[in-house]
Amino acid sequence: MNPHRRSPFVLVSTILVYFFLYAPIVVLVLYAFNASKTNILFEGFIPSFGSLRVDSGNVVQSPCGPFHWFCELSKNREVTNAARNTLTIALTATIISTIVGTMAALALQSYNFRLKAFSQVSLYIPIVIPEIVMGIGILILFSQLFGYLNNLFGLAGDSRLGLGLGTVIVSHIAFMIPFVTLVVQARLHGFDKSYEEAAMDLGANEWITFRRVTFPMILPGVLSGALLAFTLSLDDFVITFFTNGPGSTTLPIYVFGLLRRIITPQVNALSTVWISIVFISVLLLQRIQNREG
Amino acid sequence: MLQRLRENKSAQGTLLVLPTIVWMTALLILPLLLTTVISFGRRTADGGVIFSFSLDNYIRLFGYSTKCDNGAASCFDPLYVQILWRSLTLAFNTTVLVILLAYPLAYFIARAHPRQRNTYLFLVLIPLWTNFVIRVYAWIMLLRKEGVINLVLGWLAHLFHIQFTPLEMLYTPGAVLVGMVYEFLPFMILPIFTSLEKIDNSLYEAAADLGANPIKTFLRVTLPLSLPGVVAGTILVFIPVMGTFIVSDILGGRQVILVGNLIQRQFLDARDPTFGSAASLILMILTLIVTYFYTRKFGFGEEIVVA
Repeated sequence: MNPHRRSPFVLVSTILVYFFLYAPIVVLVLYAFNASKTNILFEGFIPSFGSLRVDSGNVVQSPCGPFHWFCELSKNREVTNAARNTLTIALTATIISTIVGTMAALALQSYNFRLKAFSQVSLYIPIVIPEIVMGIGILILFSQLFGYLNNLFGLAGDSRLGLGLGTVIVSHIAFMIPFVTLVVQARLHGFDKSYEEAAMDLGANEWITFRRVTFPMILPGVLSGALLAFTLSLDDFVITFFTNGPGSTTLPIYVFGLLRRIITPQVNALSTVWISIVFISVLLLQRIQNREG
Repeated sequence: MLQRLRENKSAQGTLLVLPTIVWMTALLILPLLLTTVISFGRRTADGGVIFSFSLDNYIRLFGYSTKCDNGAASCFDPLYVQILWRSLTLAFNTTVLVILLAYPLAYFIARAHPRQRNTYLFLVLIPLWTNFVIRVYAWIMLLRKEGVINLVLGWLAHLFHIQFTPLEMLYTPGAVLVGMVYEFLPFMILPIFTSLEKIDNSLYEAAADLGANPIKTFLRVTLPLSLPGVVAGTILVFIPVMGTFIVSDILGGRQVILVGNLIQRQFLDARDPTFGSAASLILMILTLIVTYFYTRKFGFGEEIVVA
């Protein structure tokens, strides 16, 4: 019997599900090259390179050619600001949550301590409660805290404490730590303690043992934890929605705000850029994983 | 002191985990406690909070109303109970549909030739990692009146000389369901795939040798062994669907209000954080109850980590 034999039912449903997964994405990308300015109807592709000419609301020719909407996008200050915020938040939160989460994973794996049960439970909560519950909880915390502090120090006007990049970063770290810890712990699970013991027997102290033995061995786990944290942060909508303030808008928040008001091909261009980045990253990631094992 | 720390394993562990404990306490435990406290409070006219102990918000959530059509002092208003029920049924329907769609695909990938498997998985990961908001937006392009689906239908109708009026698909419960299924499908495919991949081929061969037909093999071998993946996927789908407000906001307009929308509006438009907190706690308790009974029945799948 051929183990890779496929029943027609499985084959047909597979094709249909893939179609379901990809049809929206293909449409999204197609409309990024739409000649129509209002993006209501698809009025053909923007034809050729050349000087910009707009004819009854439609782009007939653009200096960027078919990539007209991508050029407009790069000139859009709100988009570039949001992109910068998104990256700042993701990078900062990833670095901190990876360090903190890895420390916790090491502690949970090899030590017994008094607060172990508490830390384990608190690490599981963000996974089993809807994100909005955590989001509004943090919003309440910040509004009560800032209200109290603003009153206490008599802060007014621009010096008032409020939501911003800082609150988003701190909150992102909170939901990223559990994921980093889980991934690193999974890696530590098969960790052979005898390597550490051998290093100690050969006269290495704890620090050298950690740096030369433990850390290189858990590094792949730490890196995949960091990568997961980074993507979670880039992608996050709910927590950011409740913790961002003026000037700390991220790309998902910006797109959401746009969708409720107006739909322009710029959003499609932005989506196309995003999908391309995802495509390349996943491709690279798979290559690396394949090489490893 | 350093010497003592070096010998005290418990202190070392505590020190390592301390930043995590501080962070999770400040930004998870404390916020949840504050939500609880505030849910028993009263709101001020400008959206502030007066701390007190009142069950008003919960009573209101479960149908007690003082704004009655017939002029009575109080009556039963099912509005919020309906919202909770709608969220529960939508989460249930989404999960069932997602399992039905994800299973054959996961099965196909798991039994594909190892060399092609990565490509098929890659094709699942792209939509998974494409931003949530962008994926909802894609459905506007498909579902709206001038959208692609109506375009294709109109074209087909024209081809067969049938009268065609564009369908109103956006801002309906159906649109929200489709959007939810689309958003969460990849979260089900991966865990089911992981548990199917673990099944040894010899088990299929043994079943075949013992005379089981494909259907019997599926029911007696494949399905039971892949159940942990289905359980993990269900948790990954059901919990977020219960709390999501983006899909219903964008694809449902003001027509489909879920508990997520209710909570979000209390904090942003209606400015009643105390009522929003009560709704949020009820949402949390509902999901915890469902997850608890579900996992107690089927076990907590470790596949959850893989996704």
